[in-house]
Amino acid sequence: MSEREVLELLRENARYSAADIARMTDLDDGEVEAAIEELEAAGVVRGYQAVVDWDKLEDERVRAEVELNVTLDRETGYDDIAERLARFPQVKALRLVSGDYDFDMEVEGDSIREVSQFISEKVAPVPEITQTVTHYVMTSYKENGIELGDGEDDDRLSVSP
Amino acid sequence: MTIELSDRVRAVPPSGIRRFFEIAEERDDVISLGVGEPDFSTPWAARDAAITSLEQGKTSYTANRGKRELRESIADYVADRFDLGYNPGEEIIVTAGASEAVDLAFRAFVDPGDTVAIAQPSYISYEPGVIFAGGEVLPVPTRKEDEFRLTVEGLEAAGAADADVLVVCYPNNPTGAIMREADLEPIAEFAREHDLTVFSDEIYAELTYEGEHTSIATLEGMRERTIVFNGFSKAHAMTGLRLGYALGPADAIGAMNKIHQYTMLSAPTTAQHAAIEALDSCENDVREMVDQYDRRRQFVLSRFREIGLDVFEAKGAFYCFPEVPDGFTAEEFAEGVLREQGVAVVPGDVFGDGGEGHLRISYATGLEDLREALARIEAFVADHG
Ligand SMILES: Cc1ncc(COP(=O)(O)O)c(C=O)c1O
Repeated sequence: MSEREVLELLRENARYSAADIARMTDLDDGEVEAAIEELEAAGVVRGYQAVVDWDKLEDERVRAEVELNVTLDRETGYDDIAERLARFPQVKALRLVSGDYDFDMEVEGDSIREVSQFISEKVAPVPEITQTVTHYVMTSYKENGIELGDGEDDDRLSVSP
Repeated sequence: MTIELSDRVRAVPPSGIRRFFEIAEERDDVISLGVGEPDFSTPWAARDAAITSLEQGKTSYTANRGKRELRESIADYVADRFDLGYNPGEEIIVTAGASEAVDLAFRAFVDPGDTVAIAQPSYISYEPGVIFAGGEVLPVPTRKEDEFRLTVEGLEAAGAADADVLVVCYPNNPTGAIMREADLEPIAEFAREHDLTVFSDEIYAELTYEGEHTSIATLEGMRERTIVFNGFSKAHAMTGLRLGYALGPADAIGAMNKIHQYTMLSAPTTAQHAAIEALDSCENDVREMVDQYDRRRQFVLSRFREIGLDVFEAKGAFYCFPEVPDGFTAEEFAEGVLREQGVAVVPGDVFGDGGEGHLRISYATGLEDLREALARIEAFVADHG
């Protein structure tokens, strides 16, 4: 399952070069490149992004997790509502979930004002949406599997037997 | 007044890695490939078991040989993984690290004047251990041409036929060499023929990347003359918990226990609780770490080939052992790359005969750091090409 291995490595660090990945697997550079192309073409790999610790930046960045409840009617399904919401650039993630609410939406903006305005003016008025609960992110400890903060303290001796 | 040191202590020179440690500590931008311990944390389940045992106040001594439950887990584990059959009652002793087990064995089986043959390059503690026990060291060099495996020719050339004990360690620190069953057969025959006791340090057994580890104790006629050392430091990432064990015939383990009960009393109790959990439920964590090491191993080996340093295909432990370029001794290279590029590696000669001209590179370090460290080594080689 070399594709799987390539995927795992890309998820670990999307900036590994094809040569790096080839060094870690039984594949050669060409095979790694082909595997990546195929994964991209098949829509398995949808993009590459940096994992950012916004708390480390001067600029404010406001994020919120929003719970959405909806009621469906004969003409409108979850997909229709999702499609409408996903178009907004402020929406960074949108998932249909099981449990007490229907959609789990991640929103980003430059200020609390901007995010609140977006939710009250663009999201809440969608006719099928019956309720929104907004949770502002106060501190993020882990993003995309990567622990944020000052973790990495390696206190091993630098040379040991 | 000065306190008079014993001859035995004076006979042991300061460790060769000490100097590099001191230079490395002088600066804070060092990426270290000189570390002989995992960069992973102990699996959570094992840590949790240690915490729970503390919360429950389980902090008294255990049986000298270690908690019965742990010895039973060890017996099941070694039987399952390495085909080693030892009974938990009399043939297993739990120690404060494999280090203590090695020391106990030297003290229990080496008389003053006895000769201990050591396959080299080797882990740096065997030689002092022999000297502290009053024995004499007979180095048996292994060579890159033989993939750093011990051979009968090597044993004969060194005069090991007359030795009393033979120390082997595969997968090997520092070379990363392994020995397969077919490689061990003739060594076992040699040991039987010349009546050698074999100390087999198998602490890196789980870290075997191609095929399965074979213990020399499983070969015909070897169980009765072999002491096997293992522990939790490497595969279970538990170095600081100080827990290891020895396997051997009842008499031998009994003799080791005699020393252990007067010096250590028992291995750390908290660590024993962690170890039981490590064996019972952390197999997946071990597999995960081994996979990571394997990726790094392939990465590092392939980078050394690109850089143009000769490196043999290390298949075990978390070390590889490249050769330094012409015009350098191992020590010059290691010191140069540390001072000029801030990469700490250990010169191979500190591990004894056969190690000169090589570097021990540990890949118990994250890939990002390995990538950067190898780029710096590449720059160093280019600067001095
Ligand atoms: C070959 C070998 N044996 C034994 C040890 C010591 O292990 P422990 O932590 O169990 O004492 C080491 C540690 O580096 C080692 O490399």
